[in-house]
Amino acid sequence: MKLITAIIQPDKLDEVRESLIKAEITRITVTRCTGHGQHQREDQGEDMFRGQLIVPDLVPKIRLDIACNDEFTDIAVDAIVAAAKHGDGHIGDGKIFITALEECIRIRTYERGGKAI
Amino acid sequence: MKSIRFPAALAAAVLILSAPSFALAQPDPGTPPIDSGATAWMLTSTALVLLMVPGLAMFYGGLVRTKNVLGTMMHSFAAMAIIGVIWASVGYALSFGPNILGGFVGWNPKMLFLADDTSAYRINGGVSCIPELVFAMFQGKFAIITPALIAGAFAERVRFRGYCVFIALWGLIVYCPLAHWVWAPDGFLLKMGAQDYAGGTVVHISAGISALVCAIYLGSRRGYPQTAMHPNNLVMTMMGAGLLWVGWFGFNAGSSLGSNFETARALTVTQAAAATAALVWVIIEAIHHRKATSLGLCSGILAGLVAITPAAGVVGVSGAMALGALASLLCYFTVIAKTRLGYDDSLDVFGIHGVAGIFGALALSLFLRHENAIDLANRFGPNWSVGHQLGVQAMAVGIAAAYAAIVTIVLVVLVDKTLGFRLDPVRENAGMDHALHGEHGYGLLNLQ
Repeated sequence: MKLITAIIQPDKLDEVRESLIKAEITRITVTRCTGHGQHQREDQGEDMFRGQLIVPDLVPKIRLDIACNDEFTDIAVDAIVAAAKHGDGHIGDGKIFITALEECIRIRTYERGGKAI
Repeated sequence: MKSIRFPAALAAAVLILSAPSFALAQPDPGTPPIDSGATAWMLTSTALVLLMVPGLAMFYGGLVRTKNVLGTMMHSFAAMAIIGVIWASVGYALSFGPNILGGFVGWNPKMLFLADDTSAYRINGGVSCIPELVFAMFQGKFAIITPALIAGAFAERVRFRGYCVFIALWGLIVYCPLAHWVWAPDGFLLKMGAQDYAGGTVVHISAGISALVCAIYLGSRRGYPQTAMHPNNLVMTMMGAGLLWVGWFGFNAGSSLGSNFETARALTVTQAAAATAALVWVIIEAIHHRKATSLGLCSGILAGLVAITPAAGVVGVSGAMALGALASLLCYFTVIAKTRLGYDDSLDVFGIHGVAGIFGALALSLFLRHENAIDLANRFGPNWSVGHQLGVQAMAVGIAAAYAAIVTIVLVVLVDKTLGFRLDPVRENAGMDHALHGEHGYGLLNLQ
C-alpha cells in the first residue's frame, strides 16, 4: 500500500478531482495548506533585498492525500499530473510524494490492510 | 506640453458642464414649501434602499462556492458603481422626464447630470414638495438593485467586463423605459391604471424574466446538476437576507413619497407579508423534508417581500399575509421544478423574484383595501371591477415581461458575441475570484 501526497495549485483542484474520478479513484482527502517552494523564489528573484533578508511569503496550495493499493499508484499519479499542469507545465504546479503505507484500518468494521482502502 | 493641456481641458469641461447651475441658482417662486418630515423620511429611505445592495451581495455571495465569492459580490457592488454613474448622468432624465419618442422614454434636459439642483418634486397633491434630487437619488437606488438582482441567475460563470457592459446597456434600454412607463406622471402603464406601488413590475418582474432569459442562453455551470454546488457561507447569506428585509422598508414605505398614514400602511404590510412568507416556507419544508432550513427561511422572507412590493399601498394586513403565504407556496414549488426542467437559474432569481413578482402584481387585485377599490372605481367609472383590474394588471405584467425578455436576449447575444459574456471552462473551473480578479475571499477556511 502507498500513501500519495500531492501538493497542487488551488485553481486546479476541480480538474484534478475530475481526472481522479475518471480514473476511478474516488477516496481522497483534501486540505487547504500553505507553503513555499521554488515558485516563491522565482517570483522574488533574490533572497536579499536592499540589504535585508527576505523571508519567503506563504503561498496557498491544496494538499491531496490518497491511500491506495500498489497497482493503483501509477494510475493516480498519472491522473494528478495530467490535470494539475498549467499548459505545458509551470513552476509552482506542485509536487507528488509517495510513501510506503504500513497499515490501513476501516473504523466501522475493523478490516485491515488492502481491503480496507 | 501634454501635461499642461490636459488639466486645462478638464477645467474647461467642468466649467461648461456646471454652467447651467449658475443660471438656476434660485428656486422657482411658485414652488410649494418643502415638507421636512417627508424629506427626512425619503432621505432615510434612500439610504435604506442602498443598504439592500450590500445585503444582496452578502445574500448571493454566501450562496456560491468559495472560489466565486468575491466575483459574485463584485456583481452587486459593480452595479452601485456603474448604474450610480449612469443614473446621475442620463438615467434619471430618461426615466422621469416628459414623454418623448411617443412615450417610449422620457427626457428632461434640465436633469442631465442632475443639473437642476433647486427643482422641487411635488407631493401630497402639489401642496408641498421634497427636493427633486432626493427623489432622483431614491429612484437611483432602485435602478442599481435591479440589474444586480439578475446577476444571481448567471452566478459563477460570466466574465466581469461582459457583465459590466451588459448591466450598463440593460439599465439604459430596459430599466429606464420601464420605470418611465410605470412611474412617470405621463407613463402609459400608469395612465392605464396599472397598480405597481414599489416596483413589482419594474424591478422584480423585469429582473426575474431577464434572469431566466440569461440563464437559458448562457447555459448551466459546468457539472450542473450532477455536481453538488454547496453554498460557501450560509451565515453571510442570512445576514444578507436580514439586511434586505431592513432595507425593504425604505423600498416600500419610501415609495409612499411622503410621511403619513400611507407610509405607515406600506411599512406594516411589508412586515406582515415577509413574516408570513418566512413562516409558511419553513412550515412547508418541515412537512416536506422534516427539517426547517436557514436558506428556506431566507427564501421565504424574499418571496414575501417581493410579492408585497407591487401591493404595499393598496392591500391591508390580512391581504398582505395571504399574498405572503401564497407567494411562498408558489416559489417553493417553482424552485423544485427548476431542477426537473434543467435550466440553471443558479440563485433562483426567476424562481423567487420573477414568480413572486408576477404573483403579487396580479393577486393584489383580489386583496384590494376597500378604500383603494372605491378610489379606483371612482377613477375608472362604473365599468370598473376586480376582474377589470386583474386584466389591467395582467396586461402590465405581460408588457413588462415581454419587453424585458426581448431586449435582454438581444443584449445578451450582442455582449456574448462581441466582448464575451460566458466564462471559458478553464477559468470557470479555476473560479472567478482567481481567474478574473486575482484575489481570494478567505484565508485557510473552507474549500468548496
